[in-house]
Amino acid sequence: MNAPLNTGCRDVPVLRERGQREVFCGLTGIIWLHRKMQDAFFLVVGSRTCAHLLQSAAGVMIFAEPRFGTAILEEKDLAGMADANAELDREVARLLARRPDIKQLFLVGSCPSEVIKLDLSRAAERLSAQHGPNVRVLNYSGSGIETTFTEGEDACLAALVPSLPETQARELLLVGALPDVVEDQALDLLAQIGIVPVRCLPARRAEDMPAIGPNTVYAVTQPFAGETHAALQRRGAKRIAAPFPFGAEGSTLWLKAVAAEFGIAPEKVDQVVAAPRARAEKAIAAAATTLRGKRIFFMPDSQLELPLARFLTRECGMEAIEISTPYLHADLHGPELDLIAKGPVISEGQDVDLQLDRVRATRPDLTVCGLGLANPLEAEGLATKWAIELVFTPVHFYEQAGDLAALFARPLRRRELLARQHPNRLEAAE
Amino acid sequence: MKLAVWTYEGPPHVGAMRVATGMRDLHMVLHAPQGDTYADLLFTMIERRNHRPPVSYTTFQARDLGADTAGLFKTACRDAHDRFQPQALLVAASCTAELIQDDPGGLADTMGLGVPVIPLELPSYQRKENFGADEAFLQICRALAAPMARTERVTCNILGPTALGFRHRDDVAEITGLLSEMGIEVNVAAPMGASPADIKRMGAAHFNVLLYPECAESAARWLEKEHGQPFTKTIPIGANATRAFIEEVRALSSSTLPVDESRLRQPWWAASVDSTYLTGKRVFLFGDGTHVMAAAKVARDEMGFEVCGMGCYNREQARPLRTLAREFGLEALITDDYLDVERAIEDAAPEMILGTQMERHIGKRLGIPCAVISAPVHVQDFPARYSPQMGFEGANVLFDTWVHPLVMGLEEHLLHMFREDFEFHDDAGPSHHGGHAPREIAASAPAATAAAADGGSMPPADAPPSQVAAAHENVVWLSCAERELKKIPFFVRGKARRNTEAFATEKGLHEISVDTLYEAKAHYAR
Repeated sequence: MNAPLNTGCRDVPVLRERGQREVFCGLTGIIWLHRKMQDAFFLVVGSRTCAHLLQSAAGVMIFAEPRFGTAILEEKDLAGMADANAELDREVARLLARRPDIKQLFLVGSCPSEVIKLDLSRAAERLSAQHGPNVRVLNYSGSGIETTFTEGEDACLAALVPSLPETQARELLLVGALPDVVEDQALDLLAQIGIVPVRCLPARRAEDMPAIGPNTVYAVTQPFAGETHAALQRRGAKRIAAPFPFGAEGSTLWLKAVAAEFGIAPEKVDQVVAAPRARAEKAIAAAATTLRGKRIFFMPDSQLELPLARFLTRECGMEAIEISTPYLHADLHGPELDLIAKGPVISEGQDVDLQLDRVRATRPDLTVCGLGLANPLEAEGLATKWAIELVFTPVHFYEQAGDLAALFARPLRRRELLARQHPNRLEAAE
Repeated sequence: MKLAVWTYEGPPHVGAMRVATGMRDLHMVLHAPQGDTYADLLFTMIERRNHRPPVSYTTFQARDLGADTAGLFKTACRDAHDRFQPQALLVAASCTAELIQDDPGGLADTMGLGVPVIPLELPSYQRKENFGADEAFLQICRALAAPMARTERVTCNILGPTALGFRHRDDVAEITGLLSEMGIEVNVAAPMGASPADIKRMGAAHFNVLLYPECAESAARWLEKEHGQPFTKTIPIGANATRAFIEEVRALSSSTLPVDESRLRQPWWAASVDSTYLTGKRVFLFGDGTHVMAAAKVARDEMGFEVCGMGCYNREQARPLRTLAREFGLEALITDDYLDVERAIEDAAPEMILGTQMERHIGKRLGIPCAVISAPVHVQDFPARYSPQMGFEGANVLFDTWVHPLVMGLEEHLLHMFREDFEFHDDAGPSHHGGHAPREIAASAPAATAAAADGGSMPPADAPPSQVAAAHENVVWLSCAERELKKIPFFVRGKARRNTEAFATEKGLHEISVDTLYEAKAHYAR
């Protein structure tokens, strides 16, 4: 087993930049959260821009009766506060009458609602009293001024924590919304190791939400759960520090850390994961033939950048030039930094034009970036992997490790296949 | 407040971005919070642009709000100017920045950047994307277009094409070719493709061709008033409209050169016998005002369809659309709520929908063929191939696009002849419609009404009882009538069901027999 290396990046100075940020706001988190929480509705209180963003990010999902929407602020709502609250109450009542299946309603704050200081926490209390006990109304901020992309999920889960019931039981809690198929695999592996029961935050339905207490221990599966982590600490729960479960190595280290907390020997974990681990390594090896020796540049997007760079450098033989994250949470990301070999620039935040200058100067083999930058960089002859897919696609744990590596190998393979007719072949060849 | 899931239009600053992104050597600085850069991907993904939109965002965050957002804005202006060296700078606020009231125009003006700074007022809580585009283009013209002597030869400007415009790229090419045949050169096509320097010399043209009133009518009116340039009123979509457009241009330019119509195939295609089956097909139209009004005339006069409903989502076009709809004997639907549109489509029970991306999905849900005639559209409607909507080639494109989703004559004939055949049965559906039959609009919750009685001239029921309850209360379909209904082609079955039920209700009948079915058919026959 690879022990944390002394040559890790934990003490490397971090390049901190501020300026124009080419990132999504936290509202985007609603797109996958509402799939996971099957009886929740996410009501953004915002502007037409917010609705347009959700529409652009949700793609065809918007046509499938999704459980989210935007209460669009109009001129008259900006005139006086009391009016806005009455309007909100009316829209919520109409919504709940139309959707009796809804058990949890999230009022999601946006930049406009926060700038006009519309108090959504009081609105949530008021509406909970009106519509309880059938519907519980909570609130959090998904605004761009407060949150970046995946931080929207974090803000949502952190808003849930104080409302969860109290327990004295010593139970394991998994923190972070995972695709159902991945969550099932994780629960199955934990059960085989001998850890039951395990609760999930978020649970798929309101009635299954976990209880929290001083004996709760939790393992985080998503690197962007900083606020949720803090909220759980406030309720006395204890975190199991571990790298995130990406790749064969990451998944094994994560499981061993959890097992150790429950007094289970690492040998037991090795025995349980032997077969899936071998499968994962075989699948990774196939993609790694394309990836080995290639140089990768991560632009900031989701906070998944550090664990993914760790996976790609250690398990796929890639070389990282710059690993950029919108927010570097020293506590949660520490174990990842320990595993990443010295060399890459570690950066937090963004000044997009300056960062693009670095991309152009270093000409990486693969640049991980958002959709606003991907085609423009391709047109400059640089291969890209658009980052959002990494949040929507099942990528955690053993069975998905090969798929994860393939997500990065595919653009490079495609580039090779099309080399003859790519409009930037000459530039790309330099 | 208004609850929305789908919006037909984005906020006004997205309209301004469409103008900026269409242009060259112009940069826009948008005072906006972190996250508003999402709009970049509309241009880089849907339109597949190979460069970033020329837009810098100030990206303010919560911690900046108490401090110096105005300072952030000035820094962003300075950086954008130094890095991109534009000929002119467009400055505006997004919806959130509108609330913090930093006055981008005033701030940028004091900086002495040495290039024209064009401030935009974009009322985000009242207006929408098309307004933003129209307003941005107007302000650019006002700031830059200088008085100027006319060109020696007859030239015109083309007004309206923008980034993210539905088929704007090919429409401009088609109309430029058409004008060239008439001996008229294009002075400037704007905003798409134009630089601020080009805008400066717009006054040299003799007249303006307004292609998209949504994006450029204000500019056209201003140019008419300030520069004495008349503008064309006909939108050249369809063969008839293209001919009318040519006449209008001849009147404005005194051009007498003949226009070659040999490549126009649409009129013959529509006249050929296989198109006979298109006669009276009931179509519902929805989209932006310009495309709907043009498409309605093409549908009625050039395709022989019956227009059974029309509407638009942009209020700016409500008045002319209402007028045209009255001419068609219809009440125009002016709404930006897709649920209203869905309801209107269900009520009209059309055989085809011409609409936007949203109506495609409504059509899919209701099992009604659909073709796209207007933005908003998704990536597949920014095609690689040449596919204008305007001019003679546009007419050819319209014919193919609208007819493909329908069952064509021969295919429809075969479906009739072999409707019990395993390959041609009703549930097979039209081959261009994903191979499945439409869901019946009127089908409601199953009531499992046993209909044992003989319902008419057909053999008594030995099949399982009808699973479909009538939409009208207290009206029951006898199973033999139900079976007879199934023999009616699927694309008119929903209408037949509704008509029969309405007929039965009207006559006070509680059961629908085969005879009732045919009596209703005779009653509604036209």
